[in-house]
Amino acid sequence: MSVFPFLVAGWILLVGLYGMVTSRNLIQAIGCLAVAQCSTYVLLLAVGYRRGGTAPVYSDIPTHSKVVDPVVQALALTDVVVGATVTALLLGLVLQLNKRHGTIDPDALTGLRG
Amino acid sequence: MSLSDLLPLAVAVPLIGAALLAVTGHWIRRRGCDILAAVFTTAEVLVLLLLWLRTAHGTPSGSPASWLGGWRLHDGEGVGIVLVGDPLGVGFALLAALLVLAVVAYAWRYFDEPPARMPGTFPALVLLFEAGMCGFALTGDLFNAFVFFELMGVAAYALTGYRVEDPRPVQGALTFGIVNSLAAYCSLLGIGMLYARTGELGMAQIGHRLVEHRTDLLTVTAFVLVLTGLLVKAAAVPFHFWLPDAHAVAPTPVCMLLSGVMVELGVYGAARVYWTVFSGPGGMPPGAVRGVLVCLGAVTALVGSVMCWQQRHLKRLLAFSTIGHVGLFLIAVALLNADGTAGFALYAAGHAEAKAALFALTGVLLDQYGSVDEHGLFGKARALLGRTGVLYLVGGLALAGMPPFAAGLGKAVAEHAAGAWLPLLPVFFVTVSALTGGAVLRAFLRVFLGAGTHPREASAPETSGEGEEPEVRSPERRIPLPMLVVPAVLLASSLVLGLAPGIGRVFGRAGDLFVSRSDYTAAIGLTPPTQVHHATVLPGWTVEGVALGVLAVLLACALAAAAVWGRRLRGAVAAAGRAAMELASGRLARPLRVAHSGRLGDDVAWLAVGVAALLAAFSLLR
Amino acid sequence: MTPRARLVLFLAAAVVIGAVFTLACLQLPHFGTQTHPYADRAVAATMRQRTANTVSSVNFDQRAFDTLGEESILFAAVLGAVGLLRRTSDERRTRPPLGPVLPSTRLFGALMLPVTLLTGVYIAGHGQLSPGGGFQGGVVLATGVHLTYLAADYRVLDRLRHRELLDRTDALAAGGYAVLGLLGLAVGAAYLQNVLHLGTFNQLTSGGLVPVINAAVGVEVGAGIIVLLAHFLDQTEEFTAGRGAGVSVAAAPGGGAS
Repeated sequence: MSVFPFLVAGWILLVGLYGMVTSRNLIQAIGCLAVAQCSTYVLLLAVGYRRGGTAPVYSDIPTHSKVVDPVVQALALTDVVVGATVTALLLGLVLQLNKRHGTIDPDALTGLRG
Repeated sequence: MSLSDLLPLAVAVPLIGAALLAVTGHWIRRRGCDILAAVFTTAEVLVLLLLWLRTAHGTPSGSPASWLGGWRLHDGEGVGIVLVGDPLGVGFALLAALLVLAVVAYAWRYFDEPPARMPGTFPALVLLFEAGMCGFALTGDLFNAFVFFELMGVAAYALTGYRVEDPRPVQGALTFGIVNSLAAYCSLLGIGMLYARTGELGMAQIGHRLVEHRTDLLTVTAFVLVLTGLLVKAAAVPFHFWLPDAHAVAPTPVCMLLSGVMVELGVYGAARVYWTVFSGPGGMPPGAVRGVLVCLGAVTALVGSVMCWQQRHLKRLLAFSTIGHVGLFLIAVALLNADGTAGFALYAAGHAEAKAALFALTGVLLDQYGSVDEHGLFGKARALLGRTGVLYLVGGLALAGMPPFAAGLGKAVAEHAAGAWLPLLPVFFVTVSALTGGAVLRAFLRVFLGAGTHPREASAPETSGEGEEPEVRSPERRIPLPMLVVPAVLLASSLVLGLAPGIGRVFGRAGDLFVSRSDYTAAIGLTPPTQVHHATVLPGWTVEGVALGVLAVLLACALAAAAVWGRRLRGAVAAAGRAAMELASGRLARPLRVAHSGRLGDDVAWLAVGVAALLAAFSLLR
Repeated sequence: MTPRARLVLFLAAAVVIGAVFTLACLQLPHFGTQTHPYADRAVAATMRQRTANTVSSVNFDQRAFDTLGEESILFAAVLGAVGLLRRTSDERRTRPPLGPVLPSTRLFGALMLPVTLLTGVYIAGHGQLSPGGGFQGGVVLATGVHLTYLAADYRVLDRLRHRELLDRTDALAAGGYAVLGLLGLAVGAAYLQNVLHLGTFNQLTSGGLVPVINAAVGVEVGAGIIVLLAHFLDQTEEFTAGRGAGVSVAAAPGGGAS
C-alpha cells in the first residue's frame, strides 16, 4: 500500500472540513482548521520520504549517506510556523468575539447576513 | 545596483518600514508614525514606478529577474527562489503600492484614538500587508507565493478586526481568516502534489517538467487545489461568502485595500498559475479551463451584481459590487488570450480607483453620521452634497463604466475581447455595470438628495448599516481634508489613465508578455532568450466601447430612478414594472439572500462544494 | 441552511473530493521513491555552503526568502494580536490574585527553568549543525520563561518579561532579517546572498550567514511568542469587564458594546 500515506493526508483534510462544517464552537472550529492543515504536513513529509533514508543532518553521519528530502521538511517547518501564528491570531479574535457577542457558537452569530 | 535588484527591494522596503514603526512607535507618537509610514510607502511607490517605467516599454534583454541568495539556475536546475518583473506583475505591485499610499494619506489622523501604548501598529500592519501583496505579485516560486499569500492574509485579518470595540468586525474578520486560511492550505496540498510529480517549486520550472507527463487526474487535482486558494481570495462564487462579511465591517481604509487590490490579486494569481505552470503540454487543456472559468465568472458576475442591488448597508453594497466585477475579471482572464488578460489588468486598475474612492467617501458618511445605512441616512447628507456628494456621484458613474474613466476603458477592452469569443458575453458586462452602478446611484439619490419617498423596510434577511460604531470619536468634527482629497485624486487619476495616449500599446504589450511562456522562462534563464512577437495593441476607445459604456450608465440611471421614484408613477405600465420588480426580488433574490447566512459552517460547506464542482468539471473535460 | 442540509451538501462534496483525490494519489510517485531531484540539488548546495544541517541550509540560505516571509507572518500576527487583544475602553486593569502553588510544582519549576533556557539556547545556537534552529529554540526559550507562571505566579512572570523591550526586540529582529538581506546587495551580490566567510564544515561558525539569520529568527520567535502569550494571559489575568461588556451584550447581538 504505497499510496496509503497520501490517502491519510486527504482523509485528514476531509475530517477537518467536516469538523468545521458541523462545529458549534468557534474554538473547536479553529482546532479543526489546524487539523485540516495537518494534512499538508502529512502530504509534504510523505512526498519527501526516501526508503532507507535518514535525517538530512550531516553533523554525525558520513556526507554520502542516503537522506530523506530536506526541502519538504523545510517547507513543513515554514508551514508549521504559519499555521501556529494564524491560529493564535484567530483565537485572539474569538476572545474578543466572546466579549462582544457573549457566545462562541458560530450559528448564533447572525449579525451579518443577506 | 541593477534593475533586477529593485525587485527584492519592493518587498524589503515595506518590511523594514513596518519593523521601524513597531520599534519607534512608542517614541515618535502619532504624528511621527504617520510621517514614517508616508516616507516608506512613497519609497515603495518610487521603487515600483522605476521598475514599471523600465519594463512597461520593454527592455531589450527581456523582463528582469532576481535570484534571491544568488541561487541561479545552472543547466535549467536550481534550488533558489526567483522574483520576476514582467510588466503585468510589476503593474499589480505598483497598483497595490499606489493604493497603500492613498490609504496612508486617507488615514492621516483617521483614528483619533490610537490603541493605548502602541501607536504605529496600524500603519505597520498596512506596510506588512503591502509587502505581502508585492511579494505575491512578483514571485516566480509557487511555495513562496503561498507564503506571501498568507502574509497578505494575516495582515488583512488583523486589520479587518482592528476595531475590537465593535461586535461585527470581529465576526467578519474571523470568518475571513478561517475561510482564507483553509483555502491557502488547500493550495499548499496542491503545491505538494506538484512537487511530488515534478520535483520543482518554481512556477516556470514546474511547467517545464510537466511536459514529461500526460494530463491525468493528478494534474487536475493539483490544479484545482492550487486554484482554490486563489479563487477564494478572488471571491468567485461559491467561494465568496467571506467577502461581504469582511469588507462590510473592516475599517474604511482597509476596505479600500481589500476591495481595490487584494481581491484582484486573487484573479491575477489564478492567471499567473495557469500561464506559467499549466499552459503547456502536460498541463491543463485550454478548452476546459476557458469553458469552466468563463462559466464561473458569469455566475459570479450575476450573483455579485444581483446581491449588490439588494443591499442597504453601503459598504456591503460596494463589497458585493466587487464580487460582480470579479466575475467580469474572471471572464476576461479565462479567454486565455493577450487581449483578455490586458483588458483585465486595465479594468482592475480602473475599478480599483473607482472602488477605493467610493469606499473613502462612504467613510466620510460614517465619520459624520455614524451610519452607513442607505435607509437610515435618507436625506441626511444634503449638507455634504457640494463636495462629498458630487464625488460620490462621479464615483458611481465611473463604476458603471462611463467613458472616459479608466474603469470604462478597461470594461470596453475586456468586453470587446469577450465579445470576440462569444457574442453573448458583453451582456454580463453591461448587466454588472448597470446593476452595481445603479445601486451606487440609488444610494446617492437617497442619501445626498433625499429623493423619492422613504424606503420601506424589507422582510428579507438583511444587514442594516445602523448601529455601526463610528470609526472616529468626535462625530461633529469637520471632515478632515485628506478624506476628501484622496477620493478626488483617485477619481482624477482614473480620468487620466482613461485618456492617456499609448495606453493600449503598453497594456497590450504587458498582456503579450504575460501569456507568452517564453518571456518568463527566458527571464529566469530556463530557455535561451527569444524575441516575443508583440502584436497586441488594445483597441482603446472605440465606437462600440463608448456606446456600450453609455448604455450601461443610462441603464444604471434608469434603475436608480425607478427604485427611488418608481412608487410615485401611475399607470398600468408602471404597475406592471413594479410587480415584475417585486417578483424578481421575492422569487429570485430572496433564496440568494437567505443563502448568505453569514455562518461559518455554511461558508465552509460551500467551499467544499466549489472544490468538488471544479474537480468534477475538470476531470470530465480534461 | 439548516444544519442537516448543510451536512448533506458537505458530504456530497466530500465524496467527490475524496474520490478524485484518491485517484490522483494513485498517480503520485510511490511512497519512499528514490528520485528526489530537488533534494539532491539541495544537499549538494548544502555541502558547498558547509552547513551540516540541510534543513537549516534550505530554510536560511537556499530558500531564505520563504523564511523572510514566514518571519513577517509571525511579526504580523504578533502585531495583530497586540492590536486585537488591547484593553478596550470598557475594561479595567486589575491586579491578579495570588494563586496557591504546590511546593513540588515550585521545586520542579525552579529546577527546570535553567535547564529549559539552556536547552533553548543550545537548540537555537546549533541550528546550522544539528536538528533545531531559531524557531525551535525560540519556542523552547519562550515557553521556558512561562515555567515561572506555573511554578510561582503571574506577578513573577510579569517581572521577568519586560513588555516594551520584548515588543521592540521582536520588531528589531524581524526588521534585522530584512536588513541582513541588503548585505548582499551592498557588496554587489544578490539580496539575501550568503556573502560571509563560510568557515569549516560542522563547526559552530560554519555556514556564513546561516547562523546569523538563525539567531535573528531565534530572537524574534522567542520575543514574539512571549509577547503573544502575554497578551493572551492579560485577558484572563488582568482585564475585567466593566459596565456593559461581556454577556450582557448577548441579549442584543449586533448592538453596541458601549
